[in-house]
Amino acid sequence: MPVISYREALNQAMVEEMDRDPDVFIMGEEVGHYQGAYKVTQGLLQRFSERRVVDTPIAEMGFAGIGVGAAMVGLRPIIEFMTFNFSLVAIDQIVSNAAKIYQMSGGQFWVPIVFRGPSGPAVQVGSQHSQALESFYAHVPGLKVVMPSTAYDAKGLLKTAIRDDNPVVFMEGETLYGTTWEVPEDEYLLPLGKGDIKREGSHVTLVAWSKMVWTCLDAAKVLAEEGIEAEVVDPRTLRPLDTPLIVESVKKTGRCVIVEVGWPHAGFGAEVAYQVQQHALDFLDAPIERVCSDDVPMPYAKNLEIEVQPQVEDVIAAVKRALYLA
Amino acid sequence: MVAVQMQDDLRRVLDDEGKLLQGVKVPQLSEDTLGQIFDVMLMVRVMDDRMMRLQRQGRLGFYMKAIGEEASHFAVAPLRPTDWVFPSYREQGAWFWRGYTVTNFINQLFGNELDPVKGRQMPVHHTARDLNLVSISSPVGTQIPQAVGAAHAAKIMGKDDVAMTFFGEGTSSTGEFHVAMNFAGVYKAPVVFVCRNNGWAISVAANRQTAAKTFASKAVGYGMPGIRVDGNDVLAMIQVSTEAIDRARGGDGPTLIEALTYRVQGHSSSDDPSVYRDPHEPDAWEKRDPLNRFRTYLKHIGLWSEELEAGITERHNQAISDALAAADKLGPPPIESMFEEVYEEMPWHIAEQRDWLLRQARTKSPHAH
Repeated sequence: MPVISYREALNQAMVEEMDRDPDVFIMGEEVGHYQGAYKVTQGLLQRFSERRVVDTPIAEMGFAGIGVGAAMVGLRPIIEFMTFNFSLVAIDQIVSNAAKIYQMSGGQFWVPIVFRGPSGPAVQVGSQHSQALESFYAHVPGLKVVMPSTAYDAKGLLKTAIRDDNPVVFMEGETLYGTTWEVPEDEYLLPLGKGDIKREGSHVTLVAWSKMVWTCLDAAKVLAEEGIEAEVVDPRTLRPLDTPLIVESVKKTGRCVIVEVGWPHAGFGAEVAYQVQQHALDFLDAPIERVCSDDVPMPYAKNLEIEVQPQVEDVIAAVKRALYLA
Repeated sequence: MVAVQMQDDLRRVLDDEGKLLQGVKVPQLSEDTLGQIFDVMLMVRVMDDRMMRLQRQGRLGFYMKAIGEEASHFAVAPLRPTDWVFPSYREQGAWFWRGYTVTNFINQLFGNELDPVKGRQMPVHHTARDLNLVSISSPVGTQIPQAVGAAHAAKIMGKDDVAMTFFGEGTSSTGEFHVAMNFAGVYKAPVVFVCRNNGWAISVAANRQTAAKTFASKAVGYGMPGIRVDGNDVLAMIQVSTEAIDRARGGDGPTLIEALTYRVQGHSSSDDPSVYRDPHEPDAWEKRDPLNRFRTYLKHIGLWSEELEAGITERHNQAISDALAAADKLGPPPIESMFEEVYEEMPWHIAEQRDWLLRQARTKSPHAH
C-alpha cells in the first residue's frame, strides 16, 4: 500500500471529489497560483481552472460568507483558512449563519460547506498563530468538527466532509502535513462521528485527537517498555462524538487520560471526561486525568513553547497517576 | 435633523406630488403591473398597521414596520423568479411581490405549527426557498457576502442568475458590507446591493454612520457604480434597479443603490423614537410618502379610484383576518420538532435528548450529549 503524506492525502481527497462533482469548488487565500500556503492545494488550479480554484482578497469574513451563500444556492464550497486562527474573523458566518441556516429556515436551506485549514500550535509562530480552537467549534450544534491525525484518516474524512450536507469544520494538524501513513489507492470514505483505536491496550485509555494522537502513541511505546499497555482512542470527529467507542475502551481499561493541545479551562477534554464518568463511572479505578497546554497564550521562545504544550513525558506522568504508580 | 438632503444626483421619476418629471428615464410597466405594485404597497401598509396593533395588544411578541419605506422594496420587481434575494428585515413588499402568502407571513409571526420556519426564528425573519428568498439573519450584514456568494455561484455554474441584497445604511458600517463590496467588485459578481438609507439605525442618525457625503459614494472605492435614488419613488426604484440588474446579468458586475428614504416610525415594536429624535422630523417625510406619491401618479393616469383602493384594502384586511382566525386555531410547533433539522441526519446524541424529553416531559436530560 502506498505511503503518502497527510498533505498529499488531503490533496488527493479534494482532487477526487472535484473530479467527481462539478459543484465542488475551493476558495481561500493563496489556494490557486501559490498552490496553498501549506501546498495542500498543489496542482488544483492547473487541473480545475480559476473558475473552481478561487484566490481571494484577504478577508476571511468575506470568503466565508461567500461560501455560505454559494452553498445555499447549490454549490459545495471548500473554504480554506490559511490557519484556523484567522477563522475568528469569520466566526459570525460560521457559527451564526452556516451552523444555523438549516434549522432557522425550517429545513428549506442547507449549507454543504467545508471550512478547512491548519489548526493548533506549529513551531514558534506566537500566540495569535498557535491556537487550538476546536473547543470553540465543537460547542456549536449544527456544525460537525473533524480533526484527523493521520494521512489515512485525513483523506477518508475529507472526502466524506465534502459530501456531507452539513457545514463541516475540518481542522488539520499544522505540524502533521509532512507525516506519512499507508493510504490505499482505491477510493474509500470514512464516516464522520466514528472514532478509531490507534493502538490497543488493556491498562489505560488515552483519548486524543490530531497531533496529540502522535504524542500518545510515542508515550504508549515508552510505557510498553515498562509493561504498561495503553490504548489510544482517536475520536477523529469531535462533533458528533463517538462516545460509545471511548466508553467501551474505558470499561475495558478502567482508567482514562485525556490529552489535548488546547487550553484546559472549558476545553473539549472536559466534555470527554463528563461523558466517561456519566457512562462508565462504575468501571473507573482512578480519577480521570487530563493533559492540556498550560492556561496561557502561547509564547514565542522555543523553550517556553515546548514547556506550554503536552509532551510525551507529561502523558507518561498522567498515566502513572491514573495507575497509582506516581 | 437627518443629515442627508435631497441632492442633484438623486435619481427620480416622480416629483413629491406624484407627477412624472420631464426628461427622465421611466420604467416601461404595463397597467397590470402598475396595479400589482399598488396592490402590494397597500398590503404592506395594511399588514404593518394590523400587526403593530396586535403587538400593542400583547398578542404578538415583536414586529417591524416598513411604513414610509415601501417603495424601496420594489427593487425586486424587475428580477426573474430564478434570481436570488438576500433580504434584511424591513422589506415586506419584496416578499409579497414574489408571492409570499399572507398565511405564511402571519404563521411565521406567531411561530405556530404551520410557521414555515417551525417556530425557530423571531417574527419577521421569514424564509421562502420556493421564491428564492433566503432566510433573514438577525446579525446585520451577514447576508451581504452571502448574496455575493450566490451571485458568484451563478457564474461558476454558468447560469445568468442575479442576486440582490438589502440592508440599512447602518449596516454599511459593518465589515461584512465592505468585504462583500470588495469581493463583488473584484469578481465582477452579478449582484445588486440595495442600501435603504432611512436616516436612522435605531437611535443613531445616518451622519453618525459615515463621514462620506453619500452612502452611494462608497461604491467608488470598490470599482462599481453607486446610484442614489429617491427611495420613496417606486418608479425610480424600479428604473434604477432594472439598470443595475441588466448590468449584472450582462456581465458588467455589481451596482450599489442607495435608496434615500426615511424610517417614519420606530425601528421595531421595542423602540420609541421620541426619546432620541425631534418628533416633528418625520413630518417632512410624510409629505413624500411613497404610497401617496404613487397613488397620485396612478390617479393622473386614470388607474386609481377611491372604490378601487377601498376594494383592495378590504380584500387585504379580509385575507389578514382570515389568516389570523386560522392561526388562532393552530397550536404551537410539536416539542420534538426542535431536535429536527439541526443536522441533515439526526446524530445519536440529539436523538437521545429528544427521546429523553418525550419520556420525561419538561425535564432536561442529565446533559445527554
